[in-house]
Amino acid sequence: MSIAVEARNVTKRFGPTVALDGVGISIAEGETHALVGRNGAGKSTLVSILTGLQRPDEGEVRFGGEPAPPIADRDAWRRRVACVYQKSTIIPTLTVAENLFLNRQSGRGPIRWKNLRDRANELLAQYGLDVDARLVAGELSVEQRQLVEIARALSFGARFIILDEPTAQLDGPAIKRLFERMRALREQGVTMLFISHHLDEVYEICQTVTVYRDARHVLSAPVADLPHDELVAAMTGEAAASYRSRDRTPDPAAPVVLQATGLGLQGRYREVNLSVRAGEIVGLAGSGGSGKVSLAETLVGLRKADTGTVTVNGSVPRPGDVTAALRAGLGFVPRDRHHEGFVPLLSIAENATFPIAHKLGRFGVVSPAKRRAKAKRLIEDLAIKASGPEQAVGELSGGNAQKAVMARALADDPKALVVINPTVGVDVKSKQVLLTAVEDAVDRGAGAVLVSDELEDLRICDRVLVMFHGRVVKELPRGWAEAELVAVMEGVGN
Amino acid sequence: MTPSTSAVTSAPMLRLARFRDLALLPAIALLVLVGALIDSAFLSADNIINVLQQQTELSLLVLAESIILIAGKFDLSLESTVGLAPALAVGLVIPAASNGLGTELPGWTAIPLCLLIGALVGAFNGLLIVRFKLSAFIVTLGMLIVLRGLQIGFTGGQNLFELPESFLYLGNARWLGLPASIWICGVLFAAGIVVLGYFRHGRSIYAIGGNIDAARAAGIRTDQVVWTVFVLGGLLAALAGLLMTGRLGSVAADQGNGMIFTVFAAAVIGGVSMDGGKGTLFGALCGVLVLGLINNILTLAGVSAQWIQAIYGAIILLALIMARLTSGKAQD
Repeated sequence: MSIAVEARNVTKRFGPTVALDGVGISIAEGETHALVGRNGAGKSTLVSILTGLQRPDEGEVRFGGEPAPPIADRDAWRRRVACVYQKSTIIPTLTVAENLFLNRQSGRGPIRWKNLRDRANELLAQYGLDVDARLVAGELSVEQRQLVEIARALSFGARFIILDEPTAQLDGPAIKRLFERMRALREQGVTMLFISHHLDEVYEICQTVTVYRDARHVLSAPVADLPHDELVAAMTGEAAASYRSRDRTPDPAAPVVLQATGLGLQGRYREVNLSVRAGEIVGLAGSGGSGKVSLAETLVGLRKADTGTVTVNGSVPRPGDVTAALRAGLGFVPRDRHHEGFVPLLSIAENATFPIAHKLGRFGVVSPAKRRAKAKRLIEDLAIKASGPEQAVGELSGGNAQKAVMARALADDPKALVVINPTVGVDVKSKQVLLTAVEDAVDRGAGAVLVSDELEDLRICDRVLVMFHGRVVKELPRGWAEAELVAVMEGVGN
Repeated sequence: MTPSTSAVTSAPMLRLARFRDLALLPAIALLVLVGALIDSAFLSADNIINVLQQQTELSLLVLAESIILIAGKFDLSLESTVGLAPALAVGLVIPAASNGLGTELPGWTAIPLCLLIGALVGAFNGLLIVRFKLSAFIVTLGMLIVLRGLQIGFTGGQNLFELPESFLYLGNARWLGLPASIWICGVLFAAGIVVLGYFRHGRSIYAIGGNIDAARAAGIRTDQVVWTVFVLGGLLAALAGLLMTGRLGSVAADQGNGMIFTVFAAAVIGGVSMDGGKGTLFGALCGVLVLGLINNILTLAGVSAQWIQAIYGAIILLALIMARLTSGKAQD
């Protein structure tokens, strides 16, 4: 089989940091090739070099055996390689049609909007996308937006497409639909480079996998010949098994630290009863629209329920008031760390100690020394890779930023802990640290609610509540079978 | 949201989006009605032409500011350019005895010089913002003060009276029964609406304001476009200054002073987003007309001159609140 895309001996430095150190990748025509590695392994840098956004310091990129075009020739690059970036390149204020043909709306002369819409509909139909071209792109769902980006990328005539963590923001059924599309594209002969933190996805959709670690190439091998633990070992540099949850027998007489009675929120969930005792972890599972995230956000006060009450550690904080919930003894990790998790420009120390600032000094004064000491301990506890407590959280990699968010949740030794999707976009090792942190907190006597789309995460739970269309439909004790859980989540279980 | 449901819900939203442009027309109609009831002179041709002509200078600044805002940037210095560009151009032409600079260039150069100075101011703003990546807000705030200071400095704080004949022409001439400035504004707005609505270069301004990284990835030369937009802004501000000078017959030391608040208000009332990427020039034009009518009605209603500023400002704030409520979305 001929080689569609190749990078040889590519080195890229940013100041003192070496982002890529003499790495290579070789992607055969028509295959779906996985690129995996921990946060900071150099994946994103390789993407920007393969798409011609950055020039390698050393080494070269070849397409179909020919040298890559000059960096300035954007059109030539776009004819060879298409990319769906992690960060959206859709312009939310323009229509889908205009986004599809951005900067090529017309040849010469004025844009004929009718004609542009027709062309857009044609393109969307060609890829079987049921999206209205007249819609403003900001109104699209994440899934639709991604599909529009794929269609646009391919419309330049490229036969090679890079998908940079496309599944990170999608729920189960949407990922399934994306994979169907990827298979269809592969049948049409499209070559793909697929980047993901989810190794099961790699096994499901890819034929070959390349592993990078600490800016170096570690291995490239056919997926079929590579056992799961060897792949994990290649990524982490050590033979690490998947996370092993601890044995724990919750005390049925322990006090209830977090309780919801008759909780309901219009259009999200209804009649939810939930009680979490000290020393246990309760999982919440369900598909994208099941209401599990809204429920968790109500527990912490980010949302206000229409009916029912939330009790935290024996008291009822004012509904919809996060501050009151925190004061009652709650800690939480929000759904989207970039959005609600941290203030990127502030230091780890400040981010982690926001909820306890009042305990670090008197009369509104925050003692820097105390804050530093506290933050140092949290950094050690959670193994945050940073230059020190003063480093800005925005500079950290995904996994370490998420640890900083976890540190904030744990800063005040909460009695009740609510953790939403803690392992999204986080590498294998950070994932283990984060789950350990939750288990540690529970061993210290907290009660926790863990919401996750990642079924493996839910293994640490003593019981898992499954939600479907806004209702809790089933409770599964520890040791559930994955097939059973998925069946209930999809509404096909008994 | 599944694809099929979004397709269903999209239809009414699309219709709304098409009419958002026309959202201010009822307000304009209402103001005309109120004006007619307050004073019968309101609907006379003289008064209407007067309202329009008074708004021409403001509308040129709104045109400039709207384009800059759509590109996701900011320009506060426009109001100082309105004063400096004509003052400096005139200063280069008239004799030192009339507060000129003593260079005494030929009279016909005054207009080209005025426009050139405006363009240079815009180019300098662009240099600092695009090339040196400074914040547009702070750069143009600095320029606002520097340009005003320059004008006061070299005119000695004096108004310039002895202007070359050519300089007065555009602000006074009537073409086909209407003041030339109205024609100029009409043509420029029409050109702006067409370019921003139907040409690739115009659309790239929206793309840049909406998501500059995506625009760059799509092959748009973002730096070049933003720079052009700033130069255009300076040019339009200089033209506004030229028209104002012609209309008033002199260059006042504080010409243009305080206009920028009204400029922003008109643009935002007209639906131009302060966050970039959103809004139309037609909407902005409607915003200008709304403010112009309010101003005229307040004058006709005999509101005392001491109070007119407070009332005018309050009405602008009210209009912003109304725009926020009717659009249903947070104003950015």
